[in-house]
Amino acid sequence: MDPKKNKNNLIGKSIPRIDAPAKVTGKALYTGDIVLPGMLHGKILRSTVAHAKILNIDISAALALPGVKDVITAKDTPCVKFGNWRLFPQTQDELPLALDKVRFIGDEIAAVAAISAEIAEEALTLIKVDYEIIPAVFNVDDSLASSAPMIHDGNPDNTSNISLDRKIDVGDIEAAFKDAYYVREDSFTVHSHSHAYMEPCASLAEVDSEGRVTLYTSTQTPYIVQCLLASTMEIPENYVRVIKPSVGGGFGGKMELRAWDFCSAFMAKRTGRPVRIVLTREDELAVGRRRHGMKIKSKVAFNKDGTIIAKDFEAYLDGGAYNSMGPTATFLCGNFGAMIYRYPVYRYRGYHVYTNLPPSGAMRGFGAPQALYVSETQMNMAAVDLNIDPIELRLKNAMVTGDKIEGVTTISSAGLVESITKVAEMTNFLEKKKNLPKNKGIGIGCYSFISGGVFNWFNTQYNFSSCEVRVYDDGTAHLLTMSADIGQGSDTVLRQILAADLGLPVEKIRLTAGDTAMTPKCDLGTWGSRVTLMNGNAILDASKKIKEQLSKMASLKFDLNVIHEVSFSDERVYAKANPKRGITFGEAVKMWVKANRGEELTARGYYTPRDKGLTTPAYSFGAQVAEVDVDPETGVITVERITTAHDCGTVINPLGVEGQLEGAIQMGIGYTLCEQFAMRDGKTLNTTFLDYKIPAAEDMPEIVSAAIDTYEPEGPFGAKEAGEGLVIPTAPAISDAVFQATGYRCKELPITPEKILRATGKI
Amino acid sequence: MISVSEKFYFYYFYHVFKHYFSIQQIGIMSKVKVTLKVNGDLYEAAVNQSKTLVEVLREDLQLVGTKIGCQTGDCGACTILLNGKSVCSCLTLAIEAQNKEITTIEGIAKSGEELHIIQEAFVNEGAIQCGYCTPGMVMSAKHLLDKNTTPTELEIRQALSGNLCRCTGYARIVKAVQVASEKINQSVTEK
Ligand code: FES
Ligand code: FES
Repeated sequence: MDPKKNKNNLIGKSIPRIDAPAKVTGKALYTGDIVLPGMLHGKILRSTVAHAKILNIDISAALALPGVKDVITAKDTPCVKFGNWRLFPQTQDELPLALDKVRFIGDEIAAVAAISAEIAEEALTLIKVDYEIIPAVFNVDDSLASSAPMIHDGNPDNTSNISLDRKIDVGDIEAAFKDAYYVREDSFTVHSHSHAYMEPCASLAEVDSEGRVTLYTSTQTPYIVQCLLASTMEIPENYVRVIKPSVGGGFGGKMELRAWDFCSAFMAKRTGRPVRIVLTREDELAVGRRRHGMKIKSKVAFNKDGTIIAKDFEAYLDGGAYNSMGPTATFLCGNFGAMIYRYPVYRYRGYHVYTNLPPSGAMRGFGAPQALYVSETQMNMAAVDLNIDPIELRLKNAMVTGDKIEGVTTISSAGLVESITKVAEMTNFLEKKKNLPKNKGIGIGCYSFISGGVFNWFNTQYNFSSCEVRVYDDGTAHLLTMSADIGQGSDTVLRQILAADLGLPVEKIRLTAGDTAMTPKCDLGTWGSRVTLMNGNAILDASKKIKEQLSKMASLKFDLNVIHEVSFSDERVYAKANPKRGITFGEAVKMWVKANRGEELTARGYYTPRDKGLTTPAYSFGAQVAEVDVDPETGVITVERITTAHDCGTVINPLGVEGQLEGAIQMGIGYTLCEQFAMRDGKTLNTTFLDYKIPAAEDMPEIVSAAIDTYEPEGPFGAKEAGEGLVIPTAPAISDAVFQATGYRCKELPITPEKILRATGKI
Repeated sequence: MISVSEKFYFYYFYHVFKHYFSIQQIGIMSKVKVTLKVNGDLYEAAVNQSKTLVEVLREDLQLVGTKIGCQTGDCGACTILLNGKSVCSCLTLAIEAQNKEITTIEGIAKSGEELHIIQEAFVNEGAIQCGYCTPGMVMSAKHLLDKNTTPTELEIRQALSGNLCRCTGYARIVKAVQVASEKINQSVTEK
């Protein structure tokens, strides 16, 4: 084990979440729990048609309803378009409220604020919208047909419904395929599903008499919301304070400014009263952001011995009506098409296509689960055709530390080989696969994921991640950061990192997080598994500055030779070679304050990945094996066991990482087997958890896992991504296991009993 | 988890279909006074007859520990105990809960500083991530352990299967209930 790990016995230690007592007693406040004096209740009117011009909106009857305090439509607002990809303004295609056109069933049209939620809801029914219906398209093929209506006309740059594309070209693709011994070519459809976070979105805004907004919102990205709310309201960023209360899960679905954020703030400004909007589950399932469904064509060339020589990868992403985080998904799908194995020659063509469906956005792993479902399934198919076992085929091609994708990325640490070997060993994979009982299957899938992005699509001029550390003479510290804990546990892990570095117990670190008015600018928020690595590094930067100052105090007090190293542990600052020569942390701070005539000892820390390619500073890796049983009569699949070996660098809090892994498996199983939107003419039909089924406690398999010990040089204490990428391998692993059990190879997710029965000739 | 009586079906359909009725017809009915006994305390509130218990708990009594995840009885975030039995408070009308013992997540810790055994186990076993399902999970677990102090893993999973969690994969929640059950049995034998 690397000596830098296990610092002060805090790195690698399972610590229960800091906020657990508040959550377990019901004291933790989520946005929808907060009530402010005089608060109004807001509701949003949504389009009931998929594609139409708005001819007229009559709000008079709604306004006249007693108890209604405000009704707004786009005409009342500044109509500033927004979107997360500020670096490319042409991708910013959304208005808080639709102005002249609606583009999907659920597009926001108007908002009401009233003295009760019932009155607000009643008022919605009194708003009359006249539409002129336009033909609509509900899938990528129709959307790309020459006769298709333009979903975003008005923009002269748009000549089709492709909102953007991404191309990667490494090497000579034609030549590579010419020489191939074996070519695997397949088309896949991967579907969309819901984040299904348990807390529906909510926002609560108040505006003071100077026009300054305080917005409480269920978000992963307080800074992004702050900036975009300011631009859409046409006020300075500094006039917007975004506070992130407890957030009931996000998984990528809460990383944008949303209509309710804007509407509650805008109506709060107009009415002079706080306005709260709380979404329902029906809203969330019917019109909420979702994972991109994709159509993917993939061609892979192999040598006789199984070495991959080239890959040609093409993806059409169903983006729905707006770009949302689609550009990133298009980007990452291409990058992950080239990941986990060495593809010396690679071509990617990715197209993000508008349709009249609810917009797809960021969702756990965005772009990677789709790309890697295809890659991993093709690996399993190639293994059969080449008559090489799937473990060996993978090991032959697996990326290792130092591998590169030209112009895109370099892998600074990789534990893929170790993960594959380990998981095969843990499950006795090859042996079991050879002797499968009837209707049983065992399959493997591998993954990799990023530890935050390096591409500055938000176009922030600030550091990607920042923090402030204040230390006090009572031996405690205060950590201020914009990082957003949405359930993944960063509030605990970040305190753990600071505590380990300063040599203090975790309880002595106080934390203020997720409040843009209190914390240094900026942190881009919680997405792409960036928090531990990026904010962790910022914290170590601040901590280093604090330690430099306190080291001077120990040095002065004990007249230390300049070559002495000063250590920080057990709440003491001391000469490493002679621990007796030291003082307590609090005493050191006190001395520093005295020496500086009453100044407070604080330090700011920053991190921005520089010169790290186009994708990420660090990749996680892992391999997973699924064991299933398929009932031949009903086609029902029971996942019996999921075994994972994963490389997330140094594990900072094992309890947290294991929880993330188990949660990812739940989401992965749901994605593979039972979660799917039932759509008809652009309308989502399954809008309750009765009809949109996510796995319950009874549906979960036995879960076994092992962490591979690696050290990521770019990460704090060697840590990198954990938990997000783990949603990726479950689908290909189960899919392969189902193939072993039934002979059905799924190229169109999800895997349903019906598909199995059809494939096996039972129906 | 809950025995869904016909009465509950009515309210379930009411919630699903309420948008098809004019709210004036069935939504805003005359207010009635209800007396609710929550966590041992008596509360009086004037509520619409159509108000669900979760709405009254959260809005009128400001007991916001009970969460709303769906309002259709499918997620269990709103689980409370009514006369000791776990029910979805989003499917229960406030007026139905009169004269019954209501226990919510706020009412089970020993004090402001000391957690209930189940709560303690949830904290220590890492059963909580975003925490939104947690109050409902704890109440369902309490209902289970109140009637069966030695549940099998399957019984625990079945008892919790009306409570959805999107973060944890349930593994640590199940473990927490097992640990709590052991602790409860220990404290019984010690006595
Ligand atoms: S809110 Fe009552 S079951 Fe979901
Ligand atoms: S902990 Fe997030 S839903 Fe259960």
